[in-house]
Amino acid sequence: MSRYNRHIILSEIGPEGQDKISNAKVLVIGAGGLGCPVLQYLTAAGIGTLGVIDFDVVELSNLQRQVLFGSSSIGKNKAIAAKERLKDLNSEITIIAYPEALTYQNAINLFNQYDIIVDGSDNFETRYLVNDACIITNTPLVFGAIYKFEGQVSVFNHNNGPSYRCLFPTPPQKDTVLNCSDIGVLGVLPGIIGSMQANEILKLVLGLGDVLSGELLCYNALKSKSSTLKIKRNESIIQKVLNDKDTFEDNQINLNCTNETEEISITDFQFENGIQFIDVREPHEIPKVTELNVTYIPLSELETHTNSIDPIKKKVFFCQSGIRSKKAVNFLKSQGIKNCYSMKESAADIKNYLEHYNVITKE
Amino acid sequence: MVVTLKYFGQIAEVTQKEEEQIEIKETLISELLELLYSKYDGLKSKDFQIAQNHELVTNETAISGAEIALLPPFAGG
Repeated sequence: MSRYNRHIILSEIGPEGQDKISNAKVLVIGAGGLGCPVLQYLTAAGIGTLGVIDFDVVELSNLQRQVLFGSSSIGKNKAIAAKERLKDLNSEITIIAYPEALTYQNAINLFNQYDIIVDGSDNFETRYLVNDACIITNTPLVFGAIYKFEGQVSVFNHNNGPSYRCLFPTPPQKDTVLNCSDIGVLGVLPGIIGSMQANEILKLVLGLGDVLSGELLCYNALKSKSSTLKIKRNESIIQKVLNDKDTFEDNQINLNCTNETEEISITDFQFENGIQFIDVREPHEIPKVTELNVTYIPLSELETHTNSIDPIKKKVFFCQSGIRSKKAVNFLKSQGIKNCYSMKESAADIKNYLEHYNVITKE
Repeated sequence: MVVTLKYFGQIAEVTQKEEEQIEIKETLISELLELLYSKYDGLKSKDFQIAQNHELVTNETAISGAEIALLPPFAGG
């Protein structure tokens, strides 16, 4: 136990408190800017079972704030990469990585296995999904969210306290573009807000101090100032979520920034190295575009063949009319696979164009 | 009466300030909002909640407080 000596010598924690930490099970949603510091401090503190779910892969632009990852993590799934690093930090705890998207279908079963849920997600769709699943499974939720230089922290669904919906009843309809577009963030801000979340988690586990339940803490990094506002539990809003719990799993999560598919045309297409071309037609459909290095995955088999899709490369899908390729792109986007484009033209048009213009395409 | 308005996140970007004081007669939050909508282009297209003296209020609440905050939800993580 010498690892936890500095906890144990605190009279407020002691060996009993450290036992509580060792017995706690915490699930972190998202190993991003907020998830990284949360995971790091919880691992160091010795939280007995630590789950982390994230479908995304580490990108170079993440390293500015997602301090769990290094250059060698780039291209790896974030949950897996986080687990690798955390195992070195503390091998005495159980770390479970879920390299998948949180969905309405897997949330309830997953949340039932944990004592505390931590929201480190980066979009409203997931935030409302997490909140509602916490209400249904009666699990406390440690919430954190950031915007540029500002952050919000709270604890929801704790001891009959309010939920996120008691503060913001429905997902924003107006400025939906702000969930996805890269708007920039001061790198240290998620470190501060994530550390505040880790603090709330340890207080919950230890039963120490005043938990931020019924309050939203708003932090401004440029002013180094924080203010809190009171949130009251809204019984009818919570009851509505509970009333809909039997149909909860029928919902579909849609993480697309917009419903528009990224469409491109062969005529203004820049042929460059490292593009994966994917033909989503059935095997019997001709002509084959032999001028390109093509991966053949019929749309009907895409779901079971996503491992043939390069997670990093630019991916261009085509078919006979542009409809199936659009569907393929939308499906992959829903699975969190980025950098997918749908070709407007048919396979025959693409072939014709390549032949006519003598474009050198094979690497 | 004089109230201090506090703006957070995207709201502060619309108003180009994080705080201001305004003189307003004793009225409802909804009237204050109308005033702010006419003063700030783009505010109407933002989602936010309103807190008076650190407690959430609705449009029908009477203005009584010294401080009124416009708080948008944040998605980022």
